[in-house]
Amino acid sequence: MALKIMVTVKRVEDPESKIRVKPDGSGIVTDGVNYKMNPFDEIGVEEGLRLKEAHGGEVLVVSIGGEKSATEIRAALAMGADRGVLVRHDGPLDPVVVSNILAKVYELEKPDLVLLGKQSIDDDQNQAGQYLAARLGLPQGTFASKTESLESEAEQKKVPGLKLSSDGKRLVVVREIDGGVETIDLSLPAVVTVDLRLNKPRFASLPGIMKAKKKELKELQAAALGADLTPRVVVKLLASPPARKGGLKVADVEELWKKLHEEAKVV
Amino acid sequence: MSNVLIIAEAFKGQVRRASLHALGAGQQLAKRTGGALHVVLLGKGIGEAGKSLSTFGATVHVADAEALAAPLAEAHAPVVVELARAIGATWLGAAATAYGKDLTPRAAALLDAAMATEVIAFTGEGAAVLFRRPMWAGNVLADVELTTAVKAFTIRPTEFAAAAAGAAGEVKAAAVNVPTLKSRYVSFTEVKSERPELTEARVVVAGGRGTKGDFKPLEALADALSGAMGASRAAVDAGWAPNDWQVGQTGKVVAPDLYVAAGISGAIQHVAGMKGSKVIVAINKDPEAPIFQIADYGLVGDLFKILPELVAKVKANH
Repeated sequence: MALKIMVTVKRVEDPESKIRVKPDGSGIVTDGVNYKMNPFDEIGVEEGLRLKEAHGGEVLVVSIGGEKSATEIRAALAMGADRGVLVRHDGPLDPVVVSNILAKVYELEKPDLVLLGKQSIDDDQNQAGQYLAARLGLPQGTFASKTESLESEAEQKKVPGLKLSSDGKRLVVVREIDGGVETIDLSLPAVVTVDLRLNKPRFASLPGIMKAKKKELKELQAAALGADLTPRVVVKLLASPPARKGGLKVADVEELWKKLHEEAKVV
Repeated sequence: MSNVLIIAEAFKGQVRRASLHALGAGQQLAKRTGGALHVVLLGKGIGEAGKSLSTFGATVHVADAEALAAPLAEAHAPVVVELARAIGATWLGAAATAYGKDLTPRAAALLDAAMATEVIAFTGEGAAVLFRRPMWAGNVLADVELTTAVKAFTIRPTEFAAAAAGAAGEVKAAAVNVPTLKSRYVSFTEVKSERPELTEARVVVAGGRGTKGDFKPLEALADALSGAMGASRAAVDAGWAPNDWQVGQTGKVVAPDLYVAAGISGAIQHVAGMKGSKVIVAINKDPEAPIFQIADYGLVGDLFKILPELVAKVKANH
């Protein structure tokens, strides 16, 4: 009943970095910006590890990008993943291209489950998982979450939020949706995208980091996989959003009330 | 033909308000490109809801079937795809709700369409439409071109006006061909609230780490103003507030008339979800908190003292 789990990781700008647009709008200023694993993907890696710890199997980490993306794969290996595949591609990565490439890797690896972050925090598209599931004709469970809080006992014990059926053929996914919580049940193989409240990712331990250096990290060339690499989502121009004028301070509730009631007229 | 197909969403037998904003975006596109506007509603027992969509100048397609009772993307996508092909749709849109974000990319992939998520405006010239959308948690706005024949998108409901009344549209039954499904619907647990829906409320009172887990004074203010409750990611992660209260780039995007941020420091991630509010009030102990830079009115102090005073003011004046 061991599970073969494929988890995707993307190298993105650190969410704590200050993102500024170049004066000509052609891109963002990358000087002084740090890079790290997409935070949603860390949750995907954590969930993959918990499933493996509970049911046995293998966690395969896949990234697409330049050679520096090996750093994010190593980070996932240091958390405990078993091996990595880096698909080298230096061209633009839109969700169409990404899902084309991942579909090829899926065909090579034939995992039981593909875990992706629900979105990457650079382009914020929230599409790759759904595209991949559609291309492969697989069921999808997007925005996987759980009802227990991140302070709960189940979370402390690192219980997987995704529940495998006793015959190992189906996976129950709890989804956070508008107005409530939905539970669906997918036959494996399946594609699941993970949301914030699924788990709290572990930190890599020092022995984990040492071990990760010796784990297998295979490089593939995107062009050699036979995937269509033509970008379909073309960014024409970037701009900074209009700044909001704020900063006025009031002395007390009396003044605040006056401002809201008489000036802004919102109460 | 360059027709527009909008996916509307049924919830408990009614059309979700967000769908009317998606239909408003559809009206803009149809006007710009000269195409006809179509809207599809999928579900079970949604005949009346379908009829309610017939006053916006769009042809209404109702896919009413047992197989579509549950909002599974795997079941709904093939129906949308078949309809999009049948009517020659080159634009496929929906509101960026959980349903829209789950279903639209799956349908888009089956139509070989590229997609833009959380669009806030259509830019470009004439029929050469570009999609303006936030990236990097709203720190950047991008104008994006989709180079595929069919183009898909979801819109942010707070950024598009609801559909304007138009000519009466024909209501038709859509073909429903659902293959054997690999996903099963198990259950839906509704989070019931007496308060208005967060994304539609006129007033939102939101709390963060500074509440130390005690949201009662915030709830008192929200109730006095008939508002909705919101929370920062930190407060939700700590288990102090339910998930669906989270306001931010990774949560809900809101644009009420009044947004009260109590004990919220103002992380970029949170601000991205509320900076479209008409008036922002910040209450925080830390005078250096970044939230004050974007707040119209900031009050430095203890929220546990300030909020009850504010509630008393509201009650005295109503």
